[in-house]
Amino acid sequence: MFLNFFKYLNKKILFVILFITAPLINADWFALNMTRGITDISNEVFELHMLIFWICVVIGVLVFGVMFYSMYAHTRKKNPVPATFDDNHKLEIAWTIIPFLILIAMAIPASKTLIKMYDDTAGDINIQVTGYQWKWQYRYLEDDVSFFSNLATDWDEINNLVPKGENYLQEVDEMVVIPTGKKVRFLITANDVIHSWWMPAFAIKQDAIPGFVNTAWTKVDVPGIYRGKCTELCGKNHGFMPIVVKVVEQDEYEEWVEIKKEEAQKLAELTTKEWTTEELVSRGQSVYEVNCVACHQTNGQGITGIFPALVGSDIVLNDKERNIEILMEGVQGAAMNSFSYLSEVEIASVITYTRQSWGNGEKGDGEVVVPKDVVDYKEPKI
Amino acid sequence: MSSVIENHHDDHHHGPAKGITRWLYTTNHKDIGTLYLWFSFAMFLIGGAMAMVIRAELFSPGMQIVEPEFYNQMITLHGLIMIFGGVMPAFVGLANWLVPMMIGAPDMALPRMNNLSFWILPFAFFILLSSLFMEGGAPNFGWTFYAPLSTTYAPPSVTFFIFSVHIMGASSIMGSINVVVTIMNMRAPGVGLMKMPLFVWSWLITAYLLIAVMPVLAGAVTMMLMDIHFGTSFFNAAGGGDPVLFQHIFWFFGHPEVYIMILPAFGIVSHIIETFSRKPLFGYASMVWAMLSIAILSFVVWAHHMFTVGMPLAAEIFFMWATMLIAVPTGVKVFNWVATMFRGSITFETPMLFACAFVVLFTIGGLSGLMLAIVPADFQYHDTYFVVAHFHYVLVPGAIFSIMAAVYYWIPKWSGNMYDERLGKLHFWLSFIGVNVTFFPQHFIGLAGMPRRYPDYALQFADWNMVSSVGAFLFGFSQLLFLFIVIKTVMGGKKATDQVWEGAKGLEWTVASPAPYHTFSTPPKVD
Repeated sequence: MFLNFFKYLNKKILFVILFITAPLINADWFALNMTRGITDISNEVFELHMLIFWICVVIGVLVFGVMFYSMYAHTRKKNPVPATFDDNHKLEIAWTIIPFLILIAMAIPASKTLIKMYDDTAGDINIQVTGYQWKWQYRYLEDDVSFFSNLATDWDEINNLVPKGENYLQEVDEMVVIPTGKKVRFLITANDVIHSWWMPAFAIKQDAIPGFVNTAWTKVDVPGIYRGKCTELCGKNHGFMPIVVKVVEQDEYEEWVEIKKEEAQKLAELTTKEWTTEELVSRGQSVYEVNCVACHQTNGQGITGIFPALVGSDIVLNDKERNIEILMEGVQGAAMNSFSYLSEVEIASVITYTRQSWGNGEKGDGEVVVPKDVVDYKEPKI
Repeated sequence: MSSVIENHHDDHHHGPAKGITRWLYTTNHKDIGTLYLWFSFAMFLIGGAMAMVIRAELFSPGMQIVEPEFYNQMITLHGLIMIFGGVMPAFVGLANWLVPMMIGAPDMALPRMNNLSFWILPFAFFILLSSLFMEGGAPNFGWTFYAPLSTTYAPPSVTFFIFSVHIMGASSIMGSINVVVTIMNMRAPGVGLMKMPLFVWSWLITAYLLIAVMPVLAGAVTMMLMDIHFGTSFFNAAGGGDPVLFQHIFWFFGHPEVYIMILPAFGIVSHIIETFSRKPLFGYASMVWAMLSIAILSFVVWAHHMFTVGMPLAAEIFFMWATMLIAVPTGVKVFNWVATMFRGSITFETPMLFACAFVVLFTIGGLSGLMLAIVPADFQYHDTYFVVAHFHYVLVPGAIFSIMAAVYYWIPKWSGNMYDERLGKLHFWLSFIGVNVTFFPQHFIGLAGMPRRYPDYALQFADWNMVSSVGAFLFGFSQLLFLFIVIKTVMGGKKATDQVWEGAKGLEWTVASPAPYHTFSTPPKVD
């Protein structure tokens, strides 16, 4: 028994060590500096960064050089009788004026680059980026294409249950696609709290603020997949809402837009389809896992004190109308936001899922919400 | 300068009271200074324990020991406790102990208020820490508590957080009024403004900064309270409010706050470098002017914390240039310290080691601060670990090293005993190595693209995060040695002379060691 325990312990320790050290194989000891960007602007920012860095290094070497020399040569042993001077006006004027001039030399190129970055005229393509807790929504304003981009990394990887993939925490279910050689303007805002949209390769970092629209633009010439992150603390899954942009040639971009439009068409058709409860529940489950699980939890129990439980909730059990209303309008003063941006099918199915799962179906009225109900809700009320 | 202690005639009814009431009812600046220092030490250890949790979670990728929700509570409380519970009360404690002795005053000007300003602090932090056990958990929105994450989306404990910040603010304001009144009215004859020790100057300026900005912080949290409970919409865009307004108000407080945490350090380090270089401080007047310039500039640079919120171009350029300007007076201070050491007769006792490390590491933090001021580059640095590295370089080997240096430097005067020099040096080297191993790699992690306040990260950041965590554990556990050294010194040890350090100048060295309960009941004679 005792021995067995040790055997188990050893295995477990080995397992833990394996998990802790495995990522180091992928890690990069030479990732010490900012990476050079892939646009003109981000290259300019990189050069600016290196310029200031070297100026700082030179200043540091000079100042610490004199200081270390003193620490070495002017110890009590080597210099028993200290000097008595306590000022030197020429020197003091010099070390006030010279740094001032260096600063101006740094500020001028910085201001020039900044002015270039601040071009907020319309782009060839304009994309509205909206931050949500904890995902990004992209709307292509010219093409009426719109979708959400969620973290694609499996939670089992995050919880160390399976090995981590190459793009751990840097992969999404749906990438933003933009064409090469076009000016793309991002109109950045948020739906709930402040987020921040950061794409290092483009040198874009703009806060996404509810009630505000910030702009940023880029023009990329090199096709590829670029990865970024949310950089403003936005709640518990702040670290789990990455950004991935795929830059493709113009014709590939056009094809992609067509495909997205067809998908939207198909989704719209689903609204008028006759749905069975099973279909709704199974569809609703996938909607729930993407949109609801973070707060209300997989088991529908929520988190006591912050996120209410859906299991046994009076509204979920017996009040179909209020249930739809909450999803469409959100709850004032609480973390529950409006989910009206989801399609009618998604809203209907996720409500049905919560009304049928975790024993709610037996306890409540068990009524099914179909997409038509949501469409009716959206009809202007007289 | 010379003086005699002339309070022996009424010693018999002016000793400390016995038992706990000595500490509860005390109006003695030395007792209150001691209370502040021990309180801040306790908070430093609690905030440090939270840092250990953070670094343990970040030791390797994946979620291991805490949930993201709890992780956010840890970063929030770590920041709040270290700033408001660790660094600030430590400086107030030093001010209480030293300012009256340095200017030849018998005590602080407002002793009863002094008692009150200390004794409300433990309640503030009790309330803040108790929020960990409340439903919904402790505040989880970062120490900068940006709305609406801290209002509409906050856990219910936010109300307790607001109350606690109000109490801390009241304590700070009372403390700083006390410092200003004491310095302005109670200097011994002959101690002119431009003859004050630099620590006194630094605290005079700090106190004015505190009086100016703590009410702003109180305003910000009150508006939050109104938004949460009374249906206003100061920061709620849906109600016509403005979430960015919160950031402007917060950083109008927050930036001077940064200097509140470093100006007293400038004072301390100036004294220590002068003493152990055995040479007069270089450029006293320019030191004073530099601190004043930094303080004034601190009111016009706040938005450099917000370069990515989408301000107009003109505002970005203004705040960039104003921020860069701060490098000039800061540079002057560093050059003055180096010039003080130049051709001195230097020895490296523990306080001097900490002071030298302060100059080098604070300068590194200052230089990375300069880099952060460059707006286009800041778009890449903002809210990454580069920022975390920057402000920890100015706060840990900056503010906290200066506090440790001050403790080693003045503890012989406070306790009458010399600390153990060998242990002190060991503590220094462990801290020095620990702090650099912790925070230097964070520059790399940040530049490579890891945002701050992330409980988990992509694989390319794994190695340096692990190094950083190892450094943090080394630094963290080294502080238990500091605790041991302080207790050992207070309990006993080699008796200190009145002068303590041969090169030390100032009125505090003219009184006995340990400093009598009452000093300078009659003003000393200062030439």
